[in-house]
Amino acid sequence: MAKTAKFDVMIVGAGPVGLTMALALKRFSPEMRVAINDVRPLVVPKDERSSALALGVTSVFEALGVWDQMTSEAEPIKGMKITDSDDADIFRPLFLKFEGDVKPGKPFAHMVPNRVTLKALIDAVEESGVEIFAPNPATDFEFEASHVDVTLEDGTQIETSLVIAADGARSALRERMKIGTVGHDYKQSGIVTTFAHELDHHQIAYEHFLPAGPFATLPLPNKRSSLVWTECSQDVQQYLDMDLDAVAREIEKRMGSSFGKVTVEAPLQAFPLKLQIAKSFFANRVALIGDAAHVVHPIAGQGMNLGIKDVAALAEVLILAMRHGEDIGHEAVLERYEKWRRVDIGLMAVATDGLNKLFSNNLPPLRVLRDFGLGVVDRLPILKNAFIGHAAAAQSNGPRLLSGRPI
Amino acid sequence: MSATTIEAAEVDRFTAMADEWWDPKGKFKPLHKFNPVRLAYIRNAVIGHFSLDETAREPFKGLRLLDIGCGGGLLCEPMKRLGADVVGADAGEKNIQIAKNHAERVGLDIDYRATTSESLAEQGEQFDVVLNMEVIEHVNDIQLYLESCAALVKPGGIMFVATINRTFKAYALAIVGAEHVLRWLPKGTHTYDKFVTPEEITSILKRCDMPIKERVGVSYSPLEDKWKRSKDMSVNYMLLAEKPKS
Repeated sequence: MAKTAKFDVMIVGAGPVGLTMALALKRFSPEMRVAINDVRPLVVPKDERSSALALGVTSVFEALGVWDQMTSEAEPIKGMKITDSDDADIFRPLFLKFEGDVKPGKPFAHMVPNRVTLKALIDAVEESGVEIFAPNPATDFEFEASHVDVTLEDGTQIETSLVIAADGARSALRERMKIGTVGHDYKQSGIVTTFAHELDHHQIAYEHFLPAGPFATLPLPNKRSSLVWTECSQDVQQYLDMDLDAVAREIEKRMGSSFGKVTVEAPLQAFPLKLQIAKSFFANRVALIGDAAHVVHPIAGQGMNLGIKDVAALAEVLILAMRHGEDIGHEAVLERYEKWRRVDIGLMAVATDGLNKLFSNNLPPLRVLRDFGLGVVDRLPILKNAFIGHAAAAQSNGPRLLSGRPI
Repeated sequence: MSATTIEAAEVDRFTAMADEWWDPKGKFKPLHKFNPVRLAYIRNAVIGHFSLDETAREPFKGLRLLDIGCGGGLLCEPMKRLGADVVGADAGEKNIQIAKNHAERVGLDIDYRATTSESLAEQGEQFDVVLNMEVIEHVNDIQLYLESCAALVKPGGIMFVATINRTFKAYALAIVGAEHVLRWLPKGTHTYDKFVTPEEITSILKRCDMPIKERVGVSYSPLEDKWKRSKDMSVNYMLLAEKPKS
């Protein structure tokens, strides 16, 4: 016999964004009935990558009581140095630089290993009273006037007012709702790995704009750094085929003298880069968050940050709607979430897309423009904000969680 | 039905628009936009007045609430979800049909009645909370109307009145702006002469032994496309009146 469980919200996708969503709703609205669903079990995957978490995002984690569990392995990023150069250039003009904390004791970002973030989130969700349906793929969604009937693979019937799609860039729910996307393929791939180096990074992140695309290192604990290396997709395979020593020499070549001798710690992983923005962030009784709603160029390292900012906005919209007695799956409510996020995501998409177009080439006129523009760009708040996550997004009319305030 | 204060032409106009009540992008978009600010105000004021548990899912449980001029039920449904025992009254039969139909489809038990405040008062009905939102500016005899509304409030109960002020700014924004320029509302939705000042309402309710407990303005923030509480009562405003415990 199939049992029917009733919920206010069911989140599909238990990645960091989906888990944070579940936690935010339950933490600040304990009366809300929240379910999370995933095709895979809720376990920490083997993932050696780290992500740069902007101050706004660590504030969200702090407000949710999970930041303390992340700090032991978190490395603050105290500054960022950005250069524009050709591989062969000896002199690398420093094009943009910022250092120092946003507020005393509050660096603009932290590097946190993905497994640490996920472990803290999973542990918290398991104790939060959020109902977990994983591994248990959702096989059917029926949309009714006041709710959605969801069928899971094991026969469980769920009735929920709202489904939140946190199911990634190839969101099945987004397709099911026939929400189209706009964007383009960058014909670039991101290569990621972790490496150790002889000289200290001094908690500085480096980003070199090379003709093939940005080459960025982000500081990890113990003279190690995380690498995000962009290459034209057609050239990527040759790097993946290299032995790790040869890769280390490639890194040294690109980094100049900053790090001394380099040792690569993990095999290279590559993924294609694209810009993809959903034409709408909601449909009848469905809200899209994270990569399901938007994938931006990782040039400024903001993918995960944008997802957690979605959570901060949607959680506030839903909790207030619930307190006011509104139907939380109604378009009038979901529209508020979209309105709140559209501008930020649009700006980020335009900023990262524009940055990539401006830098990923070797055209002399553009290089002149770039070099000439040093000081000018340094003063362009939009670019700086793109890198530091919109000044940690703590604007007064922004979501409360982003400045660590409860909902 | 007794002599009514609701003007026939006004009822017809709203009934014609009623089919669109529940479409957030339809003709009632302005009301959907307006809803969060008034819901937040009602929630906080009711919880404060009756010392209710603000963490409860249904804090209004045990309260009897009347929404006068309930239209398609945009306020009744949230009030029901907050736990109140809700009566929705509207003079337009079609509005009541639409509201009933919608509540049934979303599974909410609301007592909708095609009636007026005068006949409810004649029947001796009384409520802990009376909502009188965006109605008074469509009424013919404000004095008679407010007297009947006041009679519907239990001793110790409260009444909310939301409407538009009779100022030049209100004329410019609510009629010229909202109806003619932005086309948020159909032309003729509001008539300047029928706008009411807070002082007029205050003095009528005072004579009904319902002193005003609080007055707030509501202003539109074009940048955020959002209505917000403000100190400026020169266009939209809300009053909270209280009936003493005998």
